[in-house]
Amino acid sequence: MLTTDILIEWLVKIGVVFFILMTAIAYVVLLERRLLGFIQMRLGPNRVGPFGLLQPLADGLKFLFKEDIVPLEADKALYVLAPMIALVPALMTISVIPFGDKIVILGREIALHITSVNVGLLVVFALTSLGVYGIALAGWSSNSKYSLMGGLRSSAQLISYELALSLSVVGVIIFSGSLDLVEVVKQQNSFWLGFIPKWNIFTQPIGFLIFLIAAIAETNRVPFDLPEAETELVAGFHTEYSSMKFAMFFIAEYANMVTASSMATLLFLGGWYGPFVDKFPLLGPIYFSLKILFFLFLYIWLRGTLPRFRYDQLMRFGWKFLIPVALANVVLVAGLALLIY
Amino acid sequence: MEKVFFIIIASLSVAAALSVVAQRNTLYSAFSLIGLFGCLAVAYITLQAHLIAAIQVIVYAGAIMVLFVFVIMLLNIREEELRVDRNRLLIFSVPLGGLLFGLIYFGLKNFKIDEIKGAPVGTSEAIGQGLFSKYLLPFEVTSILILLAIVGSVVLARREKDGDIEDIEDDEQVVKVSMAEKSKVEETKE
Amino acid sequence: MSELAKYNEVAEEFATEELVLNMGPQHPSTHGVLRVVLKLDGEIVTDLDCDIGYLHRGVEKICEHRTYAMIAPYFDRTDYVAAVSNGLCYVETVEKAMGIEVPPRAQYLRVALTELSRISSHLLWLGTHAMDVGAMTIFLWAFREREEILKIFENFFGARLTCHAFRIGGMSYDAYEGFEQEVKQFCDRFPTRLAEMEQMLNSNRIWLSRTVGVGIISAEDAIDLGLTGACLRGSGIEWDIRKAHPYECYSELEFDIPYGENGDTYDRYLVRMEEMRQARRIVIQTIDKLPTGAVTAARVPKVLKPPAGDYYHSNESPKGELGIYLVSDGSTQPVRLRIRPPCFVNLQALKKMCVGRLYADVVAVIGTLDIVLGEVDR
Repeated sequence: MLTTDILIEWLVKIGVVFFILMTAIAYVVLLERRLLGFIQMRLGPNRVGPFGLLQPLADGLKFLFKEDIVPLEADKALYVLAPMIALVPALMTISVIPFGDKIVILGREIALHITSVNVGLLVVFALTSLGVYGIALAGWSSNSKYSLMGGLRSSAQLISYELALSLSVVGVIIFSGSLDLVEVVKQQNSFWLGFIPKWNIFTQPIGFLIFLIAAIAETNRVPFDLPEAETELVAGFHTEYSSMKFAMFFIAEYANMVTASSMATLLFLGGWYGPFVDKFPLLGPIYFSLKILFFLFLYIWLRGTLPRFRYDQLMRFGWKFLIPVALANVVLVAGLALLIY
Repeated sequence: MEKVFFIIIASLSVAAALSVVAQRNTLYSAFSLIGLFGCLAVAYITLQAHLIAAIQVIVYAGAIMVLFVFVIMLLNIREEELRVDRNRLLIFSVPLGGLLFGLIYFGLKNFKIDEIKGAPVGTSEAIGQGLFSKYLLPFEVTSILILLAIVGSVVLARREKDGDIEDIEDDEQVVKVSMAEKSKVEETKE
Repeated sequence: MSELAKYNEVAEEFATEELVLNMGPQHPSTHGVLRVVLKLDGEIVTDLDCDIGYLHRGVEKICEHRTYAMIAPYFDRTDYVAAVSNGLCYVETVEKAMGIEVPPRAQYLRVALTELSRISSHLLWLGTHAMDVGAMTIFLWAFREREEILKIFENFFGARLTCHAFRIGGMSYDAYEGFEQEVKQFCDRFPTRLAEMEQMLNSNRIWLSRTVGVGIISAEDAIDLGLTGACLRGSGIEWDIRKAHPYECYSELEFDIPYGENGDTYDRYLVRMEEMRQARRIVIQTIDKLPTGAVTAARVPKVLKPPAGDYYHSNESPKGELGIYLVSDGSTQPVRLRIRPPCFVNLQALKKMCVGRLYADVVAVIGTLDIVLGEVDR
């Protein structure tokens, strides 16, 4: 039954996780700019605060004070709605992501996730599949050709790569026998030969790579950043957006990056598990963040290295390579599961 | 508590459903429909059927409606073109609507919500058991049906074109077909 | 009704409209103020039209009202990313018309600076071309190298963009102290830096798939359209004015002319990369062989009056053949001065290269043509 203390616990958890997520997003942006600067032999933002650490704050203020422009011929209601539709699902996914085992604070046992759904994996997919509306709508309602093309590209891309993404996860589900993210992580807790962790990445490396590629495509990042291909579509679906509305798309993109990274961690890298987590459960979130950081670094590294795909190449890669490989991987993993269990 | 929640969700769904038919702009209608699917998903969650809720969002809101929105956006129908004689429609719609309501009333007259409340009908286990034992044949037949639909759409969409852009055309067809395939994949996944 | 008629009827019913897209004049990858009117069927370009003239300043007309010495600085502002070689072409034309022999030291300095400007122009091309295709890092790396050249230019000319030190009859001043060392330092570092950039692109499968087979132009078409420079050599034609009609001291220097095979974007990329290496080779030779002596011809009249007649002179600018057609009536001002801008001519290939391809290829092709709108519009 819903009692007051449970309610307070929920509210506190939601508040803390939301705060951490937003801070993380802000600093991922800074990390990206500094790392890109490093890759590109320049400094990056280092003027605001020590090492540029206050830069996200300055950026946020700048977004707030910019003029909010709505194009004259735009469909105003949908134009305003679009960034919200993009942002809300992106932020909601964090609610089902577990980032640690149970810990004890002030004599209360607290599970380190906002809520545990027995189909958590599907909920994440459901929410990310809604994000496409924000982008498609933004493209359509701006009444600009660049935006429209960006919106169309992005919808086609998200739909295509979602398939490979869900197929690559099937292997993990076969192993864990559950759609619950906590169960998926717990299944990866034991060791082979006493020291090799039973992470899914070792049993199904192909699935991991497919997941990684598809996740990068799902988050519209280089080399799959066609929807906002700056040199082709000016800025793609958010060409006409300014001020906080643009910031909302921006936050959504980075929130999606964080989500994709945490999903990769949970599904393939053993979530929050690492040395001594059993004794000190507080280490769990730290390991979890470090693993996420690894994927975020990968995102940025790719952006500093790779050019962009062309639309037809992207589609061909998705449909003619990734999906067949993903299907074969499902069969392979199913056979492997029969052997092991 | 649950009742209050249900009333909120139910009224929201009814409002969304009304908005689907009342909106002049087809895109607004489509979005009302997506909203309706969202409300239904929440209703499923209150019945502890998390799986059905997730599937509802993934398949209907996330996949099928994307296609709808796609088509509407590409066709870009103007509002004037959609104007029809409302009075004439009224003649058909009122009796038909009345009939439907009557059917629903008689169908649900003896139905008690408590009967399904505790029953585990919406869990992945229950659905899996059902699909692979009791409903195995219909399930497989449905998948063949969807396969036929895929083949059919490929045949329909196939256009003979010369020149080097043919390859690209092919890819675009694949995208069109993808939706049907996608919903199938979602189904077979369980 | 036959099957075909049925099909046609259905096709008509679902007929689609083409999307007319105005790419530019303000667009991140039209390299200035080029406006391309595209007709798109989905992502495929069905028709294309270039609208130029947004940067037209009437340079040719202005020249008719200036004395010969006053005209020279205008040429730094046509192709502003290779101001040195453009300025060179003009002074050479007047020198040719008046029969002025330039002292060897001036010739060697001119070639050294021109080849440096070729490297800087190609680096700018590499950066923006890679950026157009999506490789952001190459852009900044290329600009870092370009910066080194611009530092030398700043020391030499006092300007980074509109570099101007060539006078009719030689140079306005000699090289500054330490010029040779700085150039040599740059030449020592440059190959490794260039190799770094090539490493990022040559083995990159996405880069290859975006450039190989994109924007193909056959050798015949290239000649018919009058393409010059890397756009022509990429199609497999070994034509370089530095070899064909050597000017300055090019006949005394050793260098190779790289040329491609398939005439696609990747070949043009390879050609330009090799051209940078060859340009570095030339620079090293000029610095090694740099003669001593005056940098201005002894007998240059105070008032420049080329004898009446028509003169044409062209040189190999980084973009291609830059030609100047000069009509003189023996007075202090030209009657007509016509510039043959390589970018303007090369731009004509855009339609041939893009129609039937994808929208993203247009961006790659504009990059590979290496246009500068200041020169296209003049």
